[in-house]
Amino acid sequence: MNNFTDLQSQPPLLEVNNLETAFEIDGEWHNAVDNVSFQVKPKQVIGVVGESGCGKSVMSLSIMKLLPKGIGKIRNGDIKFNGINLEKLNDKEMNKVRGKDIAMIFQEPMTSLNPVFTIGFQLSESLHNHFNISKKDARKKVIHLLDKVGISRPEKVVDEYPHQLSGGMRQRVMIAMAIACEPKLLIADEPTTALDVTVQAQILELLQELQTTNDMSIILITHDLGVVAESCHEVIVMYAGEVVEQTDVVTLFESPKHPYTQLLMQSIPRMDQEEEVLASIEGIVPSLKNMPRQGCKFVDRCPKAMDECRSITPQLRESSPGHGVKCLLYETSWEQEGMKAK
Amino acid sequence: MSNVVDIQHKEQSPPLPTNHETLLEVKDLKTYYPVKGGFFRRTVGHVKAVDGVSFTLKKGETLGLVGESGCGKSTAGRTILKLLKPTGGSIVFNGEDITKIRGGRLRERRKDFQMVFQDPYASLNPMQMVGDIVSEPIKNYYPRKKAKEIKQEVMELLNRVGLPDDAYYKYAHEFSGGQRQRIGIARALALKPKLIIADEPVSALDVSVQSQVLNLLNELQDDFNLTYLFIAHDLSVVKHMSDKIGIMYLGHIVEIADKKSIYEEPLHPYTQALISAVPEPNPKKKKERIVLEGDVPSPENPPSGCPFHTRCPVAVDKCSTIKPELKEVKPGRQVACILVD
Repeated sequence: MNNFTDLQSQPPLLEVNNLETAFEIDGEWHNAVDNVSFQVKPKQVIGVVGESGCGKSVMSLSIMKLLPKGIGKIRNGDIKFNGINLEKLNDKEMNKVRGKDIAMIFQEPMTSLNPVFTIGFQLSESLHNHFNISKKDARKKVIHLLDKVGISRPEKVVDEYPHQLSGGMRQRVMIAMAIACEPKLLIADEPTTALDVTVQAQILELLQELQTTNDMSIILITHDLGVVAESCHEVIVMYAGEVVEQTDVVTLFESPKHPYTQLLMQSIPRMDQEEEVLASIEGIVPSLKNMPRQGCKFVDRCPKAMDECRSITPQLRESSPGHGVKCLLYETSWEQEGMKAK
Repeated sequence: MSNVVDIQHKEQSPPLPTNHETLLEVKDLKTYYPVKGGFFRRTVGHVKAVDGVSFTLKKGETLGLVGESGCGKSTAGRTILKLLKPTGGSIVFNGEDITKIRGGRLRERRKDFQMVFQDPYASLNPMQMVGDIVSEPIKNYYPRKKAKEIKQEVMELLNRVGLPDDAYYKYAHEFSGGQRQRIGIARALALKPKLIIADEPVSALDVSVQSQVLNLLNELQDDFNLTYLFIAHDLSVVKHMSDKIGIMYLGHIVEIADKKSIYEEPLHPYTQALISAVPEPNPKKKKERIVLEGDVPSPENPPSGCPFHTRCPVAVDKCSTIKPELKEVKPGRQVACILVD
């Protein structure tokens, strides 16, 4: 956290420019991720927040090039990792990047582990794929990895099957698998959602520790604002496939600007405050087929919506240095903004 | 129900004094599941899911039960509703001991306590129209009631929980998670119960929808004069909803107090760890975190003495031998820890 200012000057590790990912529904292509751009600097932790259905996971699958073949594709934009355009890589080349340079932790540790292979087998798989390593050495390395992620008696667990482990331990195994080849970028998709708070605290602490020791960057996808506040440097707020707000973590929590971000923050019960009635966002995220083609996509649920919001599509603009907001309220001049906000 | 062990103790507890204020009194409640094994599938041990839980709940109050998964909070809720047979202890509802009632009398009592389930996707019948789902309990208890009257009542209920009129003729799959949970709430309200046990009612929902359902539950509590037993693992949600909070660990309540004391001055080491583990949406606040080591021990083979001593950061030698009782340390505050007095 403290080296945040140093981060700014470094060249980005991952660069996503105008990413558009679409899915085919009934013969038509609909954008699930729409014109998303952001950068991840080395050693930076970026949080991606938003409700379910807002495109967070599709975005991470696009970066990993793991979109379901045939029904999902990247329509536009490019993804550069360390200066290499991932779009241009063929499957074989991409396989060398996946798991080695960019790794991913999935949400459900039970379904992401294969029930019929031992933990040791599944962990050593990526080691064998990426390095020329003997079986004996791989086993040693696996035990070391399990120990590193805080699993007690790793020499036993190595020969056990996923069902023999608890939820927290399985998630640790997933993390061990992801960091096996010491990736430079880790994409963690809701890594703690299925876990209890005490286990969540353990996992977050572990991720933070690994991030500093391995000099890793992390994209942390979550819907829990508490998790974001505690572990991220920068935050991207997504709604309906678009980035609606983007800034550093302190600014976001101190002065959220987009009405969606504001409501999201007011709708969570807080431990440190007492509130009678929670704010809520009426309705749900529009489905891909019913997405408004014009104007702001949040307009139907926005308490501050104006007539213009339906016709003019807002752009992501810097409202102050380093603070991007996609909302018409901040595109007008100061005075008008003050009037409209009232 | 049949798979719950029946080790009913012989002595009948004396009739308890009826307090007008108290709606539910649970004393030393135990629910054990048998573990079958061996050639003849004999019972070889017990999973002590709930092992001596006691609390009282006043009319109009909300008690939150919190704990990690596997701590027995859901089993406790189901046992109180008599969906599971208690292995021991007593449940007094509205002045009447319902621990052992069965058949017609239990059926009659069931009108007064209802449940809202966790998974709004699995707890609604996909083959039934929403109107039928909500009117089923009414038809069941008042078979002579006119169909028109029932429909009227159900319509009002659906409106009250914030669903449109045409919801009556729709099926559950046509609704979003939050709306389904509203259907579940309407069904629970259909018989005008006194007590509602809500078992993780919002854990499957998105934050924005979660707040809608929490607000609705709060409004309904005032309107219908309901008493809630609110079971959840999310401490900030429980804090928002409850007057009193009970913290559970391995089938035991380790601390119970009003919510203010629990959050401002947690006394039991487990409560302290649990509260410190909740990530707060405030990036400037760096709090001291007590990170617990390891996992919850198996309730089939719980540790001796204090159930928490294997993970407790302040445990002393005595903790592994002496089983602490839940005792009042300050007015209205009960803690089960030998180090707290």
